[in-house]
Amino acid sequence: MTSRNLLRTAAGLAAVALAATACGGSSALDSGDGASDKPSFAAGSTMARIQQAGVLKVGTKFDQPLYGEKGLSGDVEGFDVEIARLIADELGVKPTFTEAVSKNREPFIQNGNVDIVAATYTINDKRKLVVDFAGPYYVTGQSLMVRKDDDTIKGKDDLAGKKVCSVEGSTPAERIKTEAPKAVITLFDTYGKCATAMENKQVDAVTTDEAILLGLVSKKPDAFKVVGDTFSEEPYGIGLKKGDQAFRDFLNDTLEKIYEDGRWEKALKATVGKVQDDLPKPPAVDRYTAS
Amino acid sequence: MQLSTITDNLDLYLEGFVGTLQLTALGALGSLVLGTVLATMRVSPVPTLRAGATVYVETLRNCPLPVLAVLLAFGLPKLGEPIRSFSFFTWAVLALALYHAAFVCEALRSGVNAVAPGQGEAARSIGLTFPQTMTLVVLPQAFRTVVPPLGNILIALTKNSAVAATIDVTDITNQTEFVINDTIDPLAALAGAAFFYLLLTLPTGLLVGRLERRTAFSR
Amino acid sequence: MTALTAYGDPLGPRGRRRTLIASVLGGLLLLAIAAFAVDKFADAGQLDGARWEELLSAEGAGAFWRGLQATLKAAGAAVALSVSVGTLMALGRLSENRLLRWAASLYVQLFRALPSLLLILFGFFGLPALGLDVSKYWALVLGLTLYNSAIFAEVIRAGVLSLPRGQTEAAYAVGLTRRQAQRLVVLPQAVSRMLPSLVAQGVVVLKDTSYGFVIGYEELLRTGQFAGETTASLLQAYLIVAVVYIAVCFALSQLARWLEGRSARRYGQAGVSVRGVEDLSTGG
Repeated sequence: MTSRNLLRTAAGLAAVALAATACGGSSALDSGDGASDKPSFAAGSTMARIQQAGVLKVGTKFDQPLYGEKGLSGDVEGFDVEIARLIADELGVKPTFTEAVSKNREPFIQNGNVDIVAATYTINDKRKLVVDFAGPYYVTGQSLMVRKDDDTIKGKDDLAGKKVCSVEGSTPAERIKTEAPKAVITLFDTYGKCATAMENKQVDAVTTDEAILLGLVSKKPDAFKVVGDTFSEEPYGIGLKKGDQAFRDFLNDTLEKIYEDGRWEKALKATVGKVQDDLPKPPAVDRYTAS
Repeated sequence: MQLSTITDNLDLYLEGFVGTLQLTALGALGSLVLGTVLATMRVSPVPTLRAGATVYVETLRNCPLPVLAVLLAFGLPKLGEPIRSFSFFTWAVLALALYHAAFVCEALRSGVNAVAPGQGEAARSIGLTFPQTMTLVVLPQAFRTVVPPLGNILIALTKNSAVAATIDVTDITNQTEFVINDTIDPLAALAGAAFFYLLLTLPTGLLVGRLERRTAFSR
Repeated sequence: MTALTAYGDPLGPRGRRRTLIASVLGGLLLLAIAAFAVDKFADAGQLDGARWEELLSAEGAGAFWRGLQATLKAAGAAVALSVSVGTLMALGRLSENRLLRWAASLYVQLFRALPSLLLILFGFFGLPALGLDVSKYWALVLGLTLYNSAIFAEVIRAGVLSLPRGQTEAAYAVGLTRRQAQRLVVLPQAVSRMLPSLVAQGVVVLKDTSYGFVIGYEELLRTGQFAGETTASLLQAYLIVAVVYIAVCFALSQLARWLEGRSARRYGQAGVSVRGVEDLSTGG
């Protein structure tokens, strides 16, 4: 380096760093799009702020087949993604998707990294203490997936001494500790690792919501199967910042709207419907009183 | 940010601290053994062994540790028993040992090279054989120069053991992620983690610094 | 072929014969290990064309390319920022002002003693808690910067200290102030001398970006993971990621080595290496 002024070089480098982000970053969507029939909201509300920004920031899973999965093309697809799209439509904005792995979801909402989380996110009392939920918009239950050639595990009662895999910060990971106290638990950041570990016989079973398991089985129908009945009820909700009652009401109203006009059912058929024949009816929205 | 975030979860942190300590100790032992073998191969007169060790060093030190960890943990079990039944803790130790062995090898090699050729020549001129030259003259001097670099590798290994958190092995970082998720008080949780890491890295750093100054003077 | 030697000692006929035998045996052993591994993988169906086809298709390659771009973008920004902050910290540590010296030392000693993964988590969870709204990209870049600026500061400081005193004295003699002397005479030479170490540390930054997958930044490893999961060939995807990383880092390492040779010729010594500072030599 022959530069005579190192400090200037340093400043220049910093500018390069800034420029690199400015031209990169997430895909910029023009906010003018869809402005024709934008509903209007009270000034200062979250809805108005999102309209101002032109995008709805959505945290979702990128590794859950049928719910939120990033394909080779780079697009995210699935039921959660469709629900978020419908909500964005109602706001007259476009959604942008960022990955929210299970253990990140609460800090993600609290820090305001995202406006909503639609990520196979079970509504439960512990989470209600730190975030608010709209919905539920789907109800499933916890179940088990095992290797196809494994006949030793037929349900949660056969798990004593078996290695069971799940995902950090998820409700099934918590519940399996009480449902199968003698099971040995392994926790990863994504279900893909669990599936690979089970193929390798490093773990014997994967437990989480049946809906997610069916998605994983659809990838490798010759290697995996879902066994036993579901042993919990997992209502999926839309997570939002605690205390934002107006936004929560808006989300609940929107869900009821898409239940009625058939858009919810259409979204479910196009995603989960690919591997599941008898699809459920939309669940009733629970407008619980936030503590 | 509350101090109680740390004090309430002290048991979690201590568990993680022990995990990090175990990973570091076993990883250091493994990398020292393997690194010595590799260094011997690299300074040996046997071309195939030299080439093998060179390929190993160049591959491993250019491969990010998290990539190595997942490749080992999810890839090698495909080789079948008994490898398949290794625990994830074992995989984490192996990843740390294999990765740092490349650096240990290079430190040892440059240590041997740093001993002036005249030393070897002098040894031979008084009639010492090659093994005698190595064990009595070259290696004792080489050892002296490699202690500080090895110390620095140990510090790096302590910090790098955090990679274990990515394959479900209990260490400080992994426990911290649970504390963050549980308390939603990331600042305090991370400060707690930093404290436990500093407890390990700072004393080692001071010791290495002293050794460095001492060997620098004695040469 | 160069003469076979054992620690500078030319081998006699018996030594040569032994070396040849050892060489053949060693080669066979290494080949046997490789063959065993490949055979086992083939048995497990891991080498089947179908497992690779989708990943190596145009669409698959596109996914890895996107990941590599994201990795390079984050690494480039982190290196640029780290060198900037590192220079300031190095100047701070060399300052005559005791408070500045103390503050810069604290910064350097603290951040180089912590795992970069922990600092990336700080970028992701900690900065927003401090009211700084950062994206995943910035969380990763700033986390890497905290760690690597401390290392760069030490590299640059070592470069300054390696300069002969005469340089500063000559600068004072021609009437430059202390600040001018540092800016015009000392730092440019220090950076030039330390260039090999700076590039080498760049390799470390590049490798550390792979921790971005922990916070969900879609760099090469994370993208590879998605590709592997969606095509149900996770292991193959990891292998591709490893090959790409090794190729890029190897090229950069060679550049660093070439620069080192050049500066050795220029400064008449085997480069100015700083003990315990370069992460490249310790695997940090």
